[in-house]
Amino acid sequence: MIFLKAFLVGGLLCVVAQLLMDLTSYKITPAHILVGFVAGGALLSALGLYQPLVNFAGAGATVPLTGFGHLLAQGAMEGVRQKGALGAFTGGVAATAAGITAAVVFGYLAALLFRPRG
Amino acid sequence: MTTHWDSLPGEMQKRLYQELVNQVKPRPPVLRNAGAAFAVGGLISVLGQLIQNFFLARGLTLLDAGAATAATLVFLAALSTGLGLYDELARFAGAGAIVPITGFANSMVAPAMEYRTEGLVLGVGARLFTVAGPVLVFGIFTAWAVALLYHFLLRP
Amino acid sequence: MGIAAKKIGQQTYFFHQPPVILSTATIVGPKEGQGPLGHTFDKVVEDPYYGEKSWEKAEQRMLEEAMQKALQKANLAPQNVDFLLAGDLLNQIIAADFTARVLGIPFLGLYGACATMYEGMALAAMLIDGGFAEYVLLGASSHFSTAERQYRYPTEQGVQRPMSAQWTVTGAGAMLLARQGAGPVVTHATVGRVVDLGSADPNDMGAAMAPAAADTIARHLEDTGRVPGDYDLFLSGDLGAYGLALANKIVEQKGYQIAGHFNDCGLLIYHHQRQDTHAGGSGCACSAVVTCGYLMQEMAAGRLRRVLGIGTGALFSKCSSLQGETIPGIAHAVAIEAR
Repeated sequence: MIFLKAFLVGGLLCVVAQLLMDLTSYKITPAHILVGFVAGGALLSALGLYQPLVNFAGAGATVPLTGFGHLLAQGAMEGVRQKGALGAFTGGVAATAAGITAAVVFGYLAALLFRPRG
Repeated sequence: MTTHWDSLPGEMQKRLYQELVNQVKPRPPVLRNAGAAFAVGGLISVLGQLIQNFFLARGLTLLDAGAATAATLVFLAALSTGLGLYDELARFAGAGAIVPITGFANSMVAPAMEYRTEGLVLGVGARLFTVAGPVLVFGIFTAWAVALLYHFLLRP
Repeated sequence: MGIAAKKIGQQTYFFHQPPVILSTATIVGPKEGQGPLGHTFDKVVEDPYYGEKSWEKAEQRMLEEAMQKALQKANLAPQNVDFLLAGDLLNQIIAADFTARVLGIPFLGLYGACATMYEGMALAAMLIDGGFAEYVLLGASSHFSTAERQYRYPTEQGVQRPMSAQWTVTGAGAMLLARQGAGPVVTHATVGRVVDLGSADPNDMGAAMAPAAADTIARHLEDTGRVPGDYDLFLSGDLGAYGLALANKIVEQKGYQIAGHFNDCGLLIYHHQRQDTHAGGSGCACSAVVTCGYLMQEMAAGRLRRVLGIGTGALFSKCSSLQGETIPGIAHAVAIEAR
C-alpha cells in the first residue's frame, strides 16, 4: 500500500512541475522548478503541512525535491529547539548533509570517470 | 490581401508579429508530458521507498534510513548520468526526472562532467554548483528564515 | 547622396565580374550523415569528438579539414590565397581563430551567428570584385555539443526540448571564391539589417530570425527589380519549420509570393520525426554544409540554375537572454548562378 501511495504522490508532485513548465513562460527553466520546489517544500514544512504528506506517502513525499526543502526546514527548526537562534544556522544543512555530501562526492567522481557523450 | 507591412509603425509590427508567432508556435503536448512525468516521477519514488524499506529492515532509524536512501539515489543518478542515460530519461519524462532528488544529482554531475576539460578546480569543482548552487541557496535561506521566525514568534 | 558604382537600391551589391565558386568542401557529424543529405557531404565523422580531447577541438579540426579540402580541390596552397574569412558560434570565434593559426592566410574573423557563412560569401565577393583579392577562402562551423553548452545546458543534463527548439548541426563548410575559373558565380549580395520584432524565447530562434529573413528577401527583390520567378529556389539558412512559415507570411505581407519555391537548409538536413530534431537544424554549419554540399551539387547537375541563399542568424547570448533582452535577427542574401 505504501508503494502505491508513494507512486501517486511522487508522480503528482512531478505533474505539478511539468504543468508549471509547459503552461507558463519559457522563462521557467528546470533550475527555477528545482529552486521553487525546495523553497516551497521548506515553507509547507514550516506551516506543518508537509509532515502529514510524508506520513502518508513515505518516499513519495521525501524523494521529490520538496522533501529536501522539508528536511532543511525541519532540521533548522529542530536546531532552534535545541540551541535557540544558533540552531537556525546549524540545523538545516546538518539534516541534509547525506544528500549534499553524496551529490558532491559522487558528482566529482562521475566527472572524473566519465566523459559526456553529447 | 496584403497590408503595407513596411508602412506600419514599429510597435504595431511587433504586436501583429507576436500574434502571428503565437498562432504558428507549436504547443507542448501537455497531456503526454504530464503522463510521462507522473509515471516516471512515481516510479522513482517507488524505487526510493524500496531502498528505504531495505535500510529500515537492516535496523536503521527512520531518519538514518532516509539519509541512506538519499545517498543511494544520488549515487544511482550520478552513475546513470555518467553513462549518458539520465538525459535520455529526462527527455522522455521531463519533470518526472527533474524533480526527484535524482534530478538534483543529475544537475550537479552533468555540468561537472561537461567542464572537466577546463580543469579539476575551475572546471569540475566550480561547475558542480551551477544548478545545485541556487537550489542550496534558496533552500538553506528559506529554512534559516522559517526557523528564526519559529524561534522568535513561537519561542519553543 | 553618393552613388556607389556597384550598389543598387538600398542594400544590394551587384558584381560586374561575378566571383566564381571554385571549390567547396564539407564535413559533418554522425547525425547529419544519417540525414537525407548524408550522401552530399565530403566526409562524415562518426565520433563527435573526432579523436580530440574536447568538442571545441573537434569543431576546430573539422573547420580546418574542410578548409584544407577546399584548397586541395582547387589545387591551391594557403600562400596563394589572399584572405581567409571564417567564423563560428564559440566565444571569441576560437574555431575560426585556431584554423587561421594553422593556415597562415591573412585572416578576417567573422561573427554573424548562424548567418556567418553568407556574411563571408558577401564579403568575399566584394573583396574580389572590388579588386582586392584573387582568391578568398571562407567557411563556418558549429558543433551540437559546443553550442548546447554555450547557449543552453550541458549535454548530459536532463531537460525536455520544446517543439520549437532546433538541433545545432555538427560540421563545417568551406568555399573558395576566385576572380576567374569554372563554377557557379555569385552575382549579387544583399547585406541585411538587424531586425527585432520582440521575440525573446531562446528556444524559438526561427521566430526571432524570420522577420530579418523576410526583410532581406523583400529588399533584395526590390533592389534588383527581380521577381520571385527569377529564382529557382529561395534557400534560407536555419529558420526551421515554424520560422519558415513565419517568414513566408511576412514576405507575402510585403507583397511577394515565394511560397512555392522557398525552402530551408535546416529542414533539408534531418529526418525530423525519426531523428527527433524538432523544428529543424540550426547553427553556422547548417547553411554552410547544405550550401557547400547539396546546393552546389544540384547546380552542377543542372537541376537548379539560379538560387537566392539567405543566411539567417539570431544575435543573442546567454547573458543577453538572462538580462531580458529580446533576440534580434540578421539575414544576408547571396544570389548564386550556375555558369
